Amino acid sequence: MDEKVSVLVEFLPQLWDGLLVTLQLTLGGAVGTIVLAVVLGLGMLAPTGWVSVPSRVVVEFFRGTSLLVQLFWFFYVLPIVLDVNLDPLTCGVLALSLNYGAYSAEVVRSSIAHVPKGQWEAAMALSLSPARRMFRVIFPQGWALMIPSLATLQIQLLKGTAVASFITLQDLNERVGVLRQQTGDTLFSYTVGLLIYFVLAWLIQVGMDALERQAKRRLGRGGPGLLTRVRTRLRGNGSASSTTASPTSGSGSTSSTEVAS
Amino acid sequence: MNPSWWNWQAAADALPLLLEGFLTTLIATVGGTIIAVILGLFIAVLLRGLPAWAAWLPRLLVAFVRNTPLIVQLVFVYTLFSMNEALIEVSALTVGIAVIGVHYSTYMSESYRAGIDAVPQGQWEAISALSLPPVRSFRSVILPQALRATVPSLGNYAVAMFKDTPFLMAIFVTELVRTAEQVGGRTFAYTEAFTLAGLIFLAASYPTSLLIRRLEKSLATY
Repeated sequence: MDEKVSVLVEFLPQLWDGLLVTLQLTLGGAVGTIVLAVVLGLGMLAPTGWVSVPSRVVVEFFRGTSLLVQLFWFFYVLPIVLDVNLDPLTCGVLALSLNYGAYSAEVVRSSIAHVPKGQWEAAMALSLSPARRMFRVIFPQGWALMIPSLATLQIQLLKGTAVASFITLQDLNERVGVLRQQTGDTLFSYTVGLLIYFVLAWLIQVGMDALERQAKRRLGRGGPGLLTRVRTRLRGNGSASSTTASPTSGSGSTSSTEVAS
Repeated sequence: MNPSWWNWQAAADALPLLLEGFLTTLIATVGGTIIAVILGLFIAVLLRGLPAWAAWLPRLLVAFVRNTPLIVQLVFVYTLFSMNEALIEVSALTVGIAVIGVHYSTYMSESYRAGIDAVPQGQWEAISALSLPPVRSFRSVILPQALRATVPSLGNYAVAMFKDTPFLMAIFVTELVRTAEQVGGRTFAYTEAFTLAGLIFLAASYPTSLLIRRLEKSLATY
């Protein structure tokens, strides 16, 4: 066992390089996913068919074909068709963004559609411009609704980055394979690899939970923020007053898995 | 209309091979779904039945399987079996079906849990009022009602699983996408092979998800 641990310690720099590739894919994919999700999700809700129909077609297309097919298509076919050369990392980010972006767009669409009708009417009665109505009134409320489902999809995205090894990228998955060859111990190497992925997924969940709390606070729902809670505790005001639960907290976590699929 | 990068003859040659690969894809999907549907229910009932102090370990295991990449799990289990002579010899497809089934059972157990939670409190009270034995009350009262809310969600996961079966090529199962890659490698008809593979996926998954959406609507209204 000591021998394997020392191999692992020697291998750490390589593992770190792989982790960086995985993180680049995850972060690049996350940014692409969110941008596409908002554009396509709002596009599907557009009143004119000229916008909503193409958005719907793009979403159904990228949801309907498999991630791996899309990845190979960008890697092998796109350079032939467009006569461009994409480096593998760009290919990976592109495929992950489009695939998970299409799923997330559906989450954005359904969350925005679930914002109560009265909010639209109120914004209209105040004669807010369509852009202000969407981004100051409707979207912040939809945002709080969509975060739990988006969190699930971001974790799926992290898991999806493991396909990168198919297109010659030396990501965490590929590095774990090399570690297995060097130690000769499958159980040990893959337990280490899976644990790293598990911790990353946990970090995403923690981050998204924090985002959800923040989004709800902006709407005046949910309990006080972390800083306020710490301050109250430090002042010794007792915990009873600081944990006044709001009746509307927890309304955002409806059908988080259902919307995602 | 005949661009330089598309060759109809190559596409026609590739199609029969791709459909053969697609058969393996379907076998993996059906096998994986059967495992996931049964094991998912078992996990949901187990986690519900266990007291809180005993449930944390199975809960952690379920979270671990759900939140780590399927590809890594596939290669892990496959290598474990193929490297170790003490273990029984199994085919890559069998390993693939088992791993993908277990992976998705962790998702499906969530659907079952939500479905069981959605059964009205009065039904549980009625069970105890009639003093039905636990197994019978679960089988004849709770489960039929829970399934109504669960079935569309299970269907969605089955479609998701179908689209994840190409990951099986990581352990050398010759399913649709690996076939496409082999055809491309042999004839350089990458464009035709991968485009057709994508279209076959779309042709199979899109109607299925439409069907599930209809099912969802018809089950939602009593």
